[in-house]
Amino acid sequence: MSDSQNDSDDVVQVMDSDDIRRALTRIAHEVVEKNHGAQNIVLVGILTRGAPLAERLSKLLFQIENIPVPVGKLDIGLYRDDYGTSRSPISLAPSDIPVDITGKTIVLVDEVMFTGRTVRAAIAALLDMGRPANIQLAVLLDRGHRELPIRADFVGKNLPTSRNEYIQVRLKEIDGEDRVVIRKAKGDAQ
Amino acid sequence: MRHLLTLRETSAIDIRYLLDTAETLKEILARPVKKVPTLRGRAMITLFYENSTRTRTSFELAAKFMSAEAINIAVAQSSVAKGESLKDSLLTLQALKADCIVMRHSVSGTPEFAAELLKHTSIVNAGDGRHEHPTQGLLDMLTMREIKGRLEGLEVAIVGDIAHSRVARSNIWGLTKMGAKVRLVGPRTLLPPDADRLPVKVYDNLAKGLDGADVVNVLRLQTERMERGLLPSLREYSRLFGISPQSLKYAAPDALVLHPGPMNRGVEISADVADGKFGIHAAIEEQVTNGIAVRMATLYALMGVSSDSEG
Repeated sequence: MSDSQNDSDDVVQVMDSDDIRRALTRIAHEVVEKNHGAQNIVLVGILTRGAPLAERLSKLLFQIENIPVPVGKLDIGLYRDDYGTSRSPISLAPSDIPVDITGKTIVLVDEVMFTGRTVRAAIAALLDMGRPANIQLAVLLDRGHRELPIRADFVGKNLPTSRNEYIQVRLKEIDGEDRVVIRKAKGDAQ
Repeated sequence: MRHLLTLRETSAIDIRYLLDTAETLKEILARPVKKVPTLRGRAMITLFYENSTRTRTSFELAAKFMSAEAINIAVAQSSVAKGESLKDSLLTLQALKADCIVMRHSVSGTPEFAAELLKHTSIVNAGDGRHEHPTQGLLDMLTMREIKGRLEGLEVAIVGDIAHSRVARSNIWGLTKMGAKVRLVGPRTLLPPDADRLPVKVYDNLAKGLDGADVVNVLRLQTERMERGLLPSLREYSRLFGISPQSLKYAAPDALVLHPGPMNRGVEISADVADGKFGIHAAIEEQVTNGIAVRMATLYALMGVSSDSEG
């Protein structure tokens, strides 16, 4: 299914805004079910696009459980395992987790799960900030190709990909629209 | 960035990057456990040919909070005392696999010499003669930006012994690059001879120099200057150029007062101003804290460049 809004033939839409909404709604229900409510939960979105997804999940949890669930955002720049390998260091963004995470159930939120290295870094970052009771992981898409023994607890959509494909999650809060597309890396396109 | 030698030769883009990064890293200083693993396995060596407590301690803590190794060379007890040349000292530290050397030297331009000499080690200038002290400039700018919300269009008065001040020079270049307006205020004997070639306005009258200033950066009066006849007396200096609640009235109503320390209370700055009495906004301790943050940012920026990727 080719995407008419884009000039490239290598772009395929895999989720539209309704698909994203339904996936997040299901994840919200699964979070409540697994944790027997939402009392002790803190949602932590991994910057950049995990942050608005965490906000949306908080709203959904409020609709289901009528409890305000705190939302934080986490920059993993200081915890990456590839520091010092690029021409210039990665830009950092401020993390902001408004509550003490010690003793809480943290639900990490990211848009795409790939190698698992981002999640590894996020877990390390959280453990430097406190001692959560447990850490769970919610992702909108799981595209496979794990390099570390890490799995998600809540998955919006499993999307088998090849390594030279690129998953682009576009969110209203940042990109002005909700959709997920898959595209071939430039070098392989044609 | 491979080195941080001067703010004069650092681009506005890099200055903004360092300030933004410092602002982010400052959060670590508020944690109960102030440590991130980012610079694990990297080594910073401080090489100070001039006395310093706060700058050296600040760099050491910055390195340690980022998990780098921090080693201090006490020059007086080192092989320098046995006659080793600066060149050989630097080459030795490079061979010891220092990723970064933080150096202070009484001779202007020494860090440039070091940066040209060393191919595998980054150099941070922690003060060279009367030339520059870039991390002090950055921490002053971070403090101004944090409290005033901007640097662009800010009227900054630098008051005191400017001729001998590397802090003033780093402030001048950094601030003007970021769009602030800088004035130098002091007695003629303490104004730099090349002031007309600097992007600043110069005043030898405190009332005129402070008029409407948003920030008053008070420099330490280096009392050893008096012996050379540049000043008649400390009392007269204090009366004409000291920053007191009275003289601060010339500045903008919510003027921010900074001082790089160590302070001579009662000489260039009154105790009431230093302690922020009468609603005066002094941020001298905040500057010290911000100093760690900009040094963390500097180490992050310099050590994060792979040594193969740049010559």
